[in-house]
Amino acid sequence: MKVSILQFPGTNCEYDTQHAFKELGAKTEIIWHKSESIPSDTNLLVLAGGFSYGDYLRSGAIARFSPVMKAVTEYANNGGKVLGICNGFQVLTEAKLLPGALKRNENLHFISKYHHLKVINNDNKFLRKLNNNDIVNIPIAHHDGNYFINEEGFKKLNENNQILLKYTDRDGNELNPNGSVNSIAGICNKEKNVFGLMPHPERAMELILGSNDGRAMLQGFLEA
Amino acid sequence: MKAIINVSLKTGVLDSQGKAVHHALDSLNFNGVDDVRVGKQIILKLNENDKTKAMADVTRMCEELLANTVIEDYEIELV
Repeated sequence: MKVSILQFPGTNCEYDTQHAFKELGAKTEIIWHKSESIPSDTNLLVLAGGFSYGDYLRSGAIARFSPVMKAVTEYANNGGKVLGICNGFQVLTEAKLLPGALKRNENLHFISKYHHLKVINNDNKFLRKLNNNDIVNIPIAHHDGNYFINEEGFKKLNENNQILLKYTDRDGNELNPNGSVNSIAGICNKEKNVFGLMPHPERAMELILGSNDGRAMLQGFLEA
Repeated sequence: MKAIINVSLKTGVLDSQGKAVHHALDSLNFNGVDDVRVGKQIILKLNENDKTKAMADVTRMCEELLANTVIEDYEIELV
């Protein structure tokens, strides 16, 4: 199993992500954004968190035009599995590989803390190791995590089981930290091969550091 | 020629910054403000002299990069 992790100028979670997947037994490679192709043995392509291009103009807006993104789009359109975490999620929405957009948090603060999430749909490669309605505790760290989609788009997300995770309290009651439509924390595309979420599963790999709930999430990608 | 582009959140998309500024104006006793929208202005210096062509080019720039039309509207002024 090979995980390729993209690195744009300003990406800062690529090594945490690499560590997390290594821990789970995957081979990993970091791919600089100037590369015009991605390794042919890639089983999962990850757009890691950070602040690509300093979040200039809008988060993810400029990374979307990096040379590597053509290959990413091609990979995704051919059914390759793509995961965008935090800034990676923002890049994927800007690139129109995922619907909607991420706005400034409603309270205008950068929010960095553990947050509970509820699994909404597990019938996909990402969350299949978890059950629907499971609660996981995963760090969030973002300024622009306020997920927006118009009503029609939201209806489609719902109908196609594309809503993956929602922000909740520890008991599973909706608790919205950033103003996201319907407290959405993560989604996938209709074909269920492109995934995006604002929380950081790669930061929840060790109980001693607060939570290891990220393991079950990332593990889903690593089994055939 | 210059293109002045104003980008702001669409009507119906909550503008938290606008809301915060409105609130601040209220606390400064500027009570005559009904609504505040905060946007950004992008100014391009163009080497194109044909206004129609410039407008078409800048529109494409807005659609592809300068605005995210999922959440933002843009207005272009050529001067």
